[in-house]
This record gives sequence, C-alpha cells and structure tokens, in this order.
Amino acid sequence: MPVTPAHLLIVPIILPLLTGALMLFFDDRERRLKLTMSLLSVFGLLGVALMLLDRVHNGEEALAMVYLVGNWPAPVAINLVADRLSAVMLVLTAALALPAILFAMERWERAGPHFHSLFQFLLVGINGSFLTGDLFNLFVFFEVMLAASYGLVLHGGGALRVRSGMHYITVNLGASLIFLVGIAMVFGATGTLNLAEIAVRAEMLEGFARPALDVGLAMLALAFLIKAGMWPLCHWLVPAYAAAAGPVAAVFAMLSKVGIYSLLRLSLLLPGEGAAFGAILIFIGGAATLGFACVGVLASQSMKRASAYFILMSSGTLLSTFGISLQGGTAGALFYLLSSTLAVSGLFMLVELLEREQDITAGVLGVTQEAYGEDDFEEETEVGSVMPGAVAILGGAFGLLAIILIGLPPLSGFLAKFAILTAILGPGAEDLGSTGNMRGTLVVLLLVSGLVSMIALSRMGIRTFWAPIEPFTPKVTIVETAPILLLLAMLIALAAYAGPVMELLQATADDLHHPGRYLSAVLDAERVPPYAESEQ
Amino acid sequence: MELVIAAAIGILTASGVWLILRPRTYQLVIGLTILSYAVNLFIFSMGRLRVNASPVLNGHGPVDPTAYTDPVPQALVLTAIVIGFATTALFLVVLIVLRGLTGSDHVDGREG
Repeated sequence: MPVTPAHLLIVPIILPLLTGALMLFFDDRERRLKLTMSLLSVFGLLGVALMLLDRVHNGEEALAMVYLVGNWPAPVAINLVADRLSAVMLVLTAALALPAILFAMERWERAGPHFHSLFQFLLVGINGSFLTGDLFNLFVFFEVMLAASYGLVLHGGGALRVRSGMHYITVNLGASLIFLVGIAMVFGATGTLNLAEIAVRAEMLEGFARPALDVGLAMLALAFLIKAGMWPLCHWLVPAYAAAAGPVAAVFAMLSKVGIYSLLRLSLLLPGEGAAFGAILIFIGGAATLGFACVGVLASQSMKRASAYFILMSSGTLLSTFGISLQGGTAGALFYLLSSTLAVSGLFMLVELLEREQDITAGVLGVTQEAYGEDDFEEETEVGSVMPGAVAILGGAFGLLAIILIGLPPLSGFLAKFAILTAILGPGAEDLGSTGNMRGTLVVLLLVSGLVSMIALSRMGIRTFWAPIEPFTPKVTIVETAPILLLLAMLIALAAYAGPVMELLQATADDLHHPGRYLSAVLDAERVPPYAESEQ
Repeated sequence: MELVIAAAIGILTASGVWLILRPRTYQLVIGLTILSYAVNLFIFSMGRLRVNASPVLNGHGPVDPTAYTDPVPQALVLTAIVIGFATTALFLVVLIVLRGLTGSDHVDGREG
C-alpha cells in the first residue's frame, strides 16, 4: 500500500486511540511511562495538525484533503475531510491538550485510575468529530468523546463531582438520543449520511421530504446546541465544569466548541447560508446565552463557577456572531474562539491552584465581608508586607488572562472583539440593512459583556491577590505553573502573529461561506487505484 | 403496520420521557433505556417499512434493489444499540456510586 499524504488525515484519530489502548496494558503506578506516552502522542498530534494546516492552507491541495476510508468510491465511502476549519480546530485541540497533560502530572493523574487513557480517548473523539465528513460518524465520535468525558468528569471522585457528573451524563445521553432522531430523519429525507451529499440533495427535495429534512436538522441543531451550552439548554454545564478537576475542566473548554463547530459546518454547507438552521433563532439564543453568562459571572461566589460561566460567555458570543452569518464576522468569531478557548482553559488551571488553598470558612467570610463592610478588619499589618514570588507569578498570569477575557488591548481578546465589531459596524457593513437590529444588539452585548467581565475579574483579583481574608501562600510547583505560562505564551504569540492568523481565518471563513468548494472537493474525491490494479 | 409502529414509538417515548422526569435514579436509567428503544425503532422505520424483504444481498449477478429493504438504517441501529449499552452500563456505575456516596437514590443526592 503506497503511503500518500492523505494518510495524514487518519493519524489524529489512530494515534491517540492506539496510545490510549496501549496504556491500558500498564499498571497505573507506572506514571512516568504513561506520561511519556501521552506527551509523545500529543506532540505527534500537534505536529500532524500543523502539517495538515500547512497543506490545506499553502499546499497544492489548497481546498480540502479527503481520505476515503477503505478506498470506496467517493459518495459511498465513509470519508475524512480536512479543510482549513478542521485543521485549525485540530491544532487548537492539540495545543490545549499539551498544557492540560503537563498540569495533571503534578497531582491529578494520581487521583484516579486510567487518567491518561481516558484523556487520549477524549482526543480521539474530539479529533474525529472535526475530521469526519459523515453524519453518523459524527455521532459515533461525539459518543467516543462523551464516553471519555463521563469518565474524566468523575475523575477524583467525591459526592459533589458524582452528583453534577450524573446530571451531566443524563443530559448528554438525552442529547445523544435527540441527535440520533435527527440523523434518522435527515437520512429518511435525503437517503444519505454524507454531509456533502446531504447538502447537494437538500436543494432538490420535493414534497414531504422537505419538512422532514427541516425537522431533522432542527433536532440535530438541538443536540449541538445542548453541547455548545446555549441558553436555556446550558444549566448542566456550569455545575459539571466547576466540579471537574482542573486539567479536565481545562480541556473541557474544547468540548463545547465541538458542538459549535458541528453547527457551523453543517449550517453553512446547506443552501441558504445558515437559514436551514434558523440563523435568527441561533442569534437570539446566543444573545440570551451571553446575557445569562454575564449575570452568572457576576453572581458566582467561587472562581471555578465564574470560569465555567466564561465558557458560556464564549459560546454566546460565538453563536450570536455566527447567527448573523457575515463572512467577516465569522472570521472574527473564529479568532475569538481560539483566543477565548485558550484563555478560559488557562483560567481553569489557575483558579484550581488558587482555590484549593482556601478553605470553606474563607468563602463564608468573603460573603459576610461583602454584606457588612470591611471595617472590622485590621489593615496595619498588611502594609509593607512583601508579596511572595508564587503569588506574584500567579497574579501576573491572572492579570494577563483577565485582559484577554475582558478584551482589552493589546492582547488577542481585544483583537478578536475588534475583528467582530469591524465586520458588523465597519466599512462595507452599511448596505446590510436587514440585519441592523441584530448587529446593534450584538455590539451592545459584546461591549456589556466586556464590562461585566472586567468587574467580575477585578473583584476576583483584588479579593485573591491584594486583599485576601487571610494571607496565603499557594503551594505551587514549577510543574503546575509552567502549563499556564505555556498557554499565556501561546496567547501572546496569537496576538503577535495576529496578521497571518487572521489571514488564515479569513480564508477559512471564505471557504465556509462558499460551500461549493468543500462540496466539489468531497464529491469529486478520487480513490487510490486498487493495489491489484496498480501492480499490473 | 405503520400505525402499530408509530403507536409503539409514541408510547415508548411517552413512557421514557415520563420516567426521565421522575426523581429516582433507577427510574431515570429505565427511562433512558426505554427512550433509546423508541429511538432505535424510529431509525429503523426511517429506512421505510418493508415486510418480507431482507437487507442482505444474496447471490451473484444482477441485483434488483427493489426486492430488498434498505440496509443502512439497520446498520445504524446496530451501532446505536451497542453505544447505548455501553453508556447505560457506565450510567449504572455512576448511579451506584452516587447512592453509596450520598446514601440516597434521589437524582440530586438528597430528598426534597
């Protein structure tokens, strides 16, 4: 069998699958070995993802690479497709997994069995969802991802984790059933499961098949939106993410993006630029999510809950921007996706380090302090005390993450929001009169969410670093700080190389809004000549 | 036949939804199982209902596709059943752990 570049496409699925399975043969006590294997796998994934990105962006396959599994002819075969969007998401996944694994190495990998295997299986599911070009395989990879995430959300045990984990599992099992109903209806209407072929056949449906397809797509959208955490389908998300272990929550920041990715992919493939999925409803839902997340961030007592609400805020921003369905907006939203996912992931790890030192009494004191004022507390002793080095590093990291999440210049959060705002307000947007109200609402919501994040994060920062109830020195090691700094380095690089990244994302958005390219790449994919024939 | 299948799916779904909304974890797991049966039947029916037609092509030579039923939904159902089994098993473990940790079989871990 000749190995062609197209075989790269299957590596992001096979590699973590084999690594995860292989690790099951070793005892959990062989931590160093397992850690090495995980890290090798993730480095491999990062390398392959970057190669794929390079090929689809700069290479001669400048559209989409298609891998026909089993070498069946094009529309029949189960296919894997990598276009710019998939490749970008693969890179993001690998970039997020690396710090999470490093972070787990100090403490969390010991808190329960098979952490590294489950983590690799989670990566199989996420990568597979990004690569598959087939509706049913999307379901299968979703299930792989969810099954691993059920294990990970319970990682570390404890009543709180199991309780919120059970709610998480129940809601997601329900969502999977809805997903299946949607797949069945789409199949019943179009007679195919290939995403590209569904898009082609959707245009020529007649009679009862049309409403059947619409209902099927609505069910699919419902399943995706439950995973993306759109209000009012998001109430499972915050308790589950807040209860999960630090590195797990850090990588879960990616899970909600898988739902958003699927929605974006399918809605823009189908004719009508998102109309098939009710773009207006998605906009309204996204705006409501954003509002809900703003209230939630302000109301949160613990920093972990607030971090979980930042995930909702990111989902809301993305959904409402995608709901407007503007090409420039989509590019900006993709930049926002990169920046906010990395930042929230870093925040989850940081908060984990800060909060595990503070006991419950400190939390209660914090509430009373808020209610009765701070007069009873002595302040003289605080003056002139030196801030320990660990607190300084964590505080600096917190400040940078806060700047990104709020969207202040000069870091990537600002650039992302600026890109979205330019697309909806800037030159060339005047002639889009019909969406005026939506765009106005989005501008207001984006700015308000920035303000709310600033209030919430400054309050958090002041309470933790400047005026803690009892002075604390977090016991952190370099191993646990390094992943956060790594994420920060990525975010700063994202801001520094914003030009090339934005160029890539604009090309991605251009591809997404011109689905003909994806369709022709997938439907005209040529299979490799069978082995027997090529021998002759 | 259509009526029977439709009624079966409807009744199963209704029972499943009712059970999911109950407060005990055992009712929850039974409800999810029943719902997944309903969904499996639904997928099955999406390949159009045919009596006395096999999904597996037999023999060589030219094949008349009208003599067979659509095999794809049947393959999908098989996969869905397997995945459903696995997740139900996992869910049962969580259910028992929750019972052990909180001493209650209420979905919230406490009564009321």
